[in-house]
Amino acid sequence: MKEFKIEAITENLHAVLEFIDRELKLVGCPMKIQMQIEIAAEEIFVNIAGYAYTGKSGLAVVRVELHPEQPSIDITFIDHGVPYNPLAKADPDITLSAEDRQIGGLGIFMVKKSMDEVKYNHLDGCNILTIKKGWRSDS
Amino acid sequence: MNIQKTNHGNSLIVSISGKIDTASAPTLEQELKNSIKDCSELTFDFTEVEYISSAGLRVLLSAQKTMNRQGSMKLTNVKKNVMGIFEVTGFTNILNIE
Repeated sequence: MKEFKIEAITENLHAVLEFIDRELKLVGCPMKIQMQIEIAAEEIFVNIAGYAYTGKSGLAVVRVELHPEQPSIDITFIDHGVPYNPLAKADPDITLSAEDRQIGGLGIFMVKKSMDEVKYNHLDGCNILTIKKGWRSDS
Repeated sequence: MNIQKTNHGNSLIVSISGKIDTASAPTLEQELKNSIKDCSELTFDFTEVEYISSAGLRVLLSAQKTMNRQGSMKLTNVKKNVMGIFEVTGFTNILNIE
């Protein structure tokens, strides 16, 4: 298990994604899955950067656990900001026309659709969001 | 992300390369704001786009709404992985993808 602590600001997005990419390379993650994981991580980290600390600075912890035998990855995002369960938000209606589509709500929807598991917990004053993604070793 | 624009009268081709993410989407949005005012035919060439997050989708949706009022918009050469994102978010229904 590896952990990365960084100030939760959008300017640090690429540092977070580089940390995750380095881990994914260790287990030979296919390009398509890597892109899905990166997008999910971006949506979650940007959410934390935008809303967790409401103008104040605060830390985000990104914890990566690799399971080379499956193969799969678990990534946990932890912040101690405002309690917020992004999974409780209603999914956007993706059948609407361009004119009726709302800007927003798509990010966490993409996370839910592309990951195998997404879990939220609020524990000891922390928002804890975990995503899990596996892939076929021959893909 | 790099953006290259080619004008032919009222038509504009915007060729993008790299990642359209939270960091780069505002640049794309600003570029479009500056250049689609008099455009009636907008084409995005996605040959070199390898990644698009919701920040990029928002820019495309906003451009589509503008172009619905003043002409047409299409995307060309969309890669399989990026197409997967358009499919899962229902953007294949609102964008004209060739």
